[in-house]
Amino acid sequence: MLTVEGLRSRYGRIEVLHGLDLKVSQGEIVTVVGANGAGKTTLLKCLSGTQPASDGTIVFRGQSLTAVPSHKRLKLGLAQSPEGRQIFTNLSVEENLRLGAFLFADDQVDRDMADAFAMFPILKEKRNLAAGGLSGGQQQMLAIARALMGRPHCLLLDEPSMGLAPLLVAQIFDVVKSLKARDVTVLLVEQNAFGALKIADRGYVMETGRITISGPAADLIADPRIREAYLGL
Amino acid sequence: MDALLQFLFSGLTVGAVYALVALGFTIIYNASDVVNFAQGEFVMLGGMITVFAFDAGVPLPLAAVVAILVTAAIGVALNKLAIEPARGAPVVSLIIITIGASILIRGATQLVFDKQLHRFPAFSGDDPIRVLGATILPQSLWVIGGALAVFVGLWVFFTRTLTGKAVLATANNRIAAQLVGINTGWIMTLSFGLSAAIGAFAGVLVTPITLVSYDVGVALALKGFAAAMLGGMGNPKGALVGGLLLGCLEAMTAGYVSSQYKEAVAFIVILAVLFVMPRGLFGAKTTERV
Repeated sequence: MLTVEGLRSRYGRIEVLHGLDLKVSQGEIVTVVGANGAGKTTLLKCLSGTQPASDGTIVFRGQSLTAVPSHKRLKLGLAQSPEGRQIFTNLSVEENLRLGAFLFADDQVDRDMADAFAMFPILKEKRNLAAGGLSGGQQQMLAIARALMGRPHCLLLDEPSMGLAPLLVAQIFDVVKSLKARDVTVLLVEQNAFGALKIADRGYVMETGRITISGPAADLIADPRIREAYLGL
Repeated sequence: MDALLQFLFSGLTVGAVYALVALGFTIIYNASDVVNFAQGEFVMLGGMITVFAFDAGVPLPLAAVVAILVTAAIGVALNKLAIEPARGAPVVSLIIITIGASILIRGATQLVFDKQLHRFPAFSGDDPIRVLGATILPQSLWVIGGALAVFVGLWVFFTRTLTGKAVLATANNRIAAQLVGINTGWIMTLSFGLSAAIGAFAGVLVTPITLVSYDVGVALALKGFAAAMLGGMGNPKGALVGGLLLGCLEAMTAGYVSSQYKEAVAFIVILAVLFVMPRGLFGAKTTERV
């Protein structure tokens, strides 16, 4: 579904991704874990096109994304729920969801919205309120729901657990896990390595712009290097 | 009493023009957070181009349409040639670019056309209509009606259409807007084109009353800005109410105090708004959590 080869990216003269290889297959939940500043968010930004790649290739469903501008990548089926949630704070919850389906104007939009409300009932309750007034957890739900409104084949999730209470983190991870049943492939970037690896099929560990370890999620949880460095066990 | 009504009529007429300028500010501000100080020049261009097309023998309605289309194209060009290349620059720099653009447009107009005052005939004659002892020009009704029509159109656009919401979304969070598939570059082009067209429309409506020359845009931009501030930047309802209110304040000041102080009203309004209620009458109460 998604193949990344030799990906490099820089902010000005400082290179933050030093040739990255990564692969996500249809129907998988793949997680990229790593410490703050490892380049995880930059990786996702390159995939969604909001940060230019300086070298390497990104192939999504058989098509190279190199020349595809950011706003056209959702049309291909690649959605991102960005770091820091990035919802439209001045617009209502419902408007946020409707804009998530900006590319569509058919009956399925209403069904998708009903689905989103079923998945996150609290959003239905607050549908007419400005999204900026939601709590952090609710904003995260909205960000995920909005991304799903775009009918993605693959969803890029950037730090969905960031800044949330443990109970909410568990709830968000449950939702991510349930996406599998909806045929949505997930690339999950997380600092919360344990939570992410528990729901993922495979995992990559990223350190200062490189992939250092990769493998099935269960193996990674058991790997002593990872237990020590990221899981605090 | 008659005098009050008379002042009110002239205030509403001028205020409707301010409202149209403020509505133009609103669109570009909503899309980009930029206050476009070339907005007044769009009004001037609308008047000037209509005058010269009309003098060249083009029927008035067609001349007006040509003026609006040409001005919209100039608005789009302003975005493509000056704003877009500076993408990523701070908003203040972009605002300064619009000030530069307004000087350029004024200079070019002076060269292409001339420095004289011009007018063309009013749409429905010049015979004043008597209302309760005061009089109002038919053209004033055109101006007020035009402002109301544009307001309703914009209100529907921003609250009822997906494209309108895409404009709001682009202003609110450009990156997120791209992520949901909105072509933010196109939204900017649309905003500048629409905003310039509305400005030109105001110029077409008001020229038979106030006349037009290459330099009428500066004052209009300032007054429109004051109106938009008073109503709350970014809110079409605020732009309309702010414009009409400012026009009436000016007319009352001119009538009851002295016409010499008329010009000061807009600036007093700007200061008062900044001191007392920086968000204006209808400004959005921004609630944001981090």
